[in-house]
Amino acid sequence: MPSPTATLTQAPEAVWHRRHVIDSALLSRAEVEEVLRTAKTFASILARPIKKVPTLRGKVVANVFYEDSTRTRTSFELAAKYLSADTVNFSVATSSVKKGESLLDTAQTLVAMGIDAMVIRHGSSGVCHQLAQTFGDKLAIINAGDGTHEHPTQGLLDLYSILERVPSVEGLKIVIVGDIAHSRVARSNIHLLSLFGADVHVVAPSTLLPAGLEKLPCTAHHNLEAALEGADIVMGLRLQLERQKSGLIPSLSEYAKYYGITRERLALCCKPSTIVMHPGPMNRGVEISSDIADDPHRSIITHQVTSGVAIRMALLYLVLTIGNGGSSNENIA
Amino acid sequence: MKTLLKGGRLINPNTQTDAVMDILIEDDVIRAIEPNISIQDATTVIQLTPEHWVTPGLVDLHVHFRDPGQSAKETTGTGSKAAAAGGYTSVCVMPNTQPVIDNLQTLDYVNNVIQNDAVINVYPSAAVTKGQIGEELTEMISLVKRGVVAFTDDGHCVMNANIMQLALRYAAMVEVPIICHAEDTHLSAKGCMNEGYHATLLGLPGIPNTAESVIVARDIELARFTGGRVHFAHISTRESVDLIRRAKADGLQITAEVTPHHLVYTDAALSGYDTDFKMHPPLRAEVDRQALINGLLDGTIDAIASDHAPHTPDEKTLTMDHAPNGTIGLETSLGVILTHFYQNQLLRPIEIIQRMSTQPAQCFNLPAGELAVGMPADIAVIDPNLCWTVDPKRFESKSRNSCFKGNNLIGKAIATFVAGQNVYADPTFEALKQTQLMAV
Repeated sequence: MPSPTATLTQAPEAVWHRRHVIDSALLSRAEVEEVLRTAKTFASILARPIKKVPTLRGKVVANVFYEDSTRTRTSFELAAKYLSADTVNFSVATSSVKKGESLLDTAQTLVAMGIDAMVIRHGSSGVCHQLAQTFGDKLAIINAGDGTHEHPTQGLLDLYSILERVPSVEGLKIVIVGDIAHSRVARSNIHLLSLFGADVHVVAPSTLLPAGLEKLPCTAHHNLEAALEGADIVMGLRLQLERQKSGLIPSLSEYAKYYGITRERLALCCKPSTIVMHPGPMNRGVEISSDIADDPHRSIITHQVTSGVAIRMALLYLVLTIGNGGSSNENIA
Repeated sequence: MKTLLKGGRLINPNTQTDAVMDILIEDDVIRAIEPNISIQDATTVIQLTPEHWVTPGLVDLHVHFRDPGQSAKETTGTGSKAAAAGGYTSVCVMPNTQPVIDNLQTLDYVNNVIQNDAVINVYPSAAVTKGQIGEELTEMISLVKRGVVAFTDDGHCVMNANIMQLALRYAAMVEVPIICHAEDTHLSAKGCMNEGYHATLLGLPGIPNTAESVIVARDIELARFTGGRVHFAHISTRESVDLIRRAKADGLQITAEVTPHHLVYTDAALSGYDTDFKMHPPLRAEVDRQALINGLLDGTIDAIASDHAPHTPDEKTLTMDHAPNGTIGLETSLGVILTHFYQNQLLRPIEIIQRMSTQPAQCFNLPAGELAVGMPADIAVIDPNLCWTVDPKRFESKSRNSCFKGNNLIGKAIATFVAGQNVYADPTFEALKQTQLMAV
């Protein structure tokens, strides 16, 4: 597959027609390539001394976060601001949300106030689908993580970050390590990486592997060393510390011992070129050791964060400009 | 008042009758069932054709009328009208109301409302344990004497095996079944759909088959040990079907029901996060659905029950994890079964009426499920070839949460008689009545 750089100069036909970005599973390869191309263009803005273009001037983006997330919210907020959109942050403390009943009302209220796009993070899988059902094209919706369903912008930024390092993921062995059962990041990555031809493997204790995994485009393991053999990329996932209480793992220390991404383990099983990723925030010393997380040769974790802003700029741009003469990259900046 | 239903195809499983036959209703009872009853004997004659089935009124062992306490969802009046519109003449209501039907005072209220508001025969069940919290048995002897036909903590499982064993022993004295809502709540936990590929794709917590089958296995053993009667509500897994099949072969007093939605849909139906497909037990995988169909065909499963579970739109528009479970079904069950089992030639008409009327009545010893001279005239008239589209807005039920919305169905009840009263008439049946008036 050609790198985003290679295709950037060709003027592509507009392939983007979506008002919503909810599941990466529904995106076609052409659509994802469009997002990556657009993000590449926007990444150059981030490198400028004055990081602002007027592209989305007059548009309003609401960041509606029902779960705490400093980094994803900040990433979306900056993405919108770099494009000159106005932003409002609507954070709802978890304790005050009762049974999800206020969500539709909140959305109605914000739409009545004139917002153009809603970036939503919520603890319940499927809320973006339900909102899209209600609002249709009246509101652009971007899923910033819904329950254990999907986190498509994370999946896209992960793919983008990988393609900054290597020309193609075709045939690369990518190993995702951690709580696959409860990870929306894992789901989005499995869909997107396999769409681009990667050989995706997932590893976890069998109590953290979800049912029906054999029908997804990935290979499941419970032995980390065996899974890491020959890996090109290793992706760690955050382990929610409450998993021990619900009986899914016996202890954090046993988890760290057998499923932690450590320097020794990588040295034993992987190549010198093997890249390490993590969506953050990390539990250092649990799913990943600090020496690996901070290793400038192996780790691209900080780079993922930068890519995140570019990907979110691209998505905001695409969903807010469809119908305005297409999404040709020429009039971006 | 004598009404003659003339020229229909009379289907009566108890006598193995399936033939064109007239039926004469006098006041509240059936006066005659014969070929060619003279029209001179009747005040009203409704001329049917052999395309119309005349059957014992349908019997639904599992409905929620939410009375007392949740009249925004349903009432005895609206629920019984919905039942009549579906061809039902007898239903058993579940006791998970607010308050729970677990004492004589609440039961008296329910009996009173049934007396005043129900247009069909409504039989109450009562809780196995006070408050349905699984600790102390209800006053079963007293409750049965005032009309309770079965005991269940439906909506909840009696998780304490000792309490279940005691309940089976105690209920056996009054010869009523315990209805088992088989759900190990440790295994179902916060699950909101079937565990498996679709739940994993959708990121929704799953409920494994074991949540049901371990309790089915447990209660079969408790029935074996106590000699009690267990009726398994809304079974959903292949393992449950196998366990029940073996228990019946062992001669235990076990009966079981299945819902139309578990026979027709799988967990793939949840892919759009439509909460009308969120059920307890959940819609399962295709192998489970096939096992349920086989169980229904080979007689392992005795009854088709709707598990009519009304909820308001406000509740059903909550997120998937918070929306309440269930679908309404009284007005669609017959149409769904006729479409999928009669039109597809999986079951003969008499076998359908057996599973929707005669056998359910036998499960709970209800005076229903047969056509016989001298019996109350509880009758359904069915047009098995009537094509219609399910539109919940037109339901008699107060609620709209139907997972069958938009389905094109073939077959429908066009009239329902309860104790000789024509409590429901579809426009096509009204037309037949009008024709008669003009002829006179």
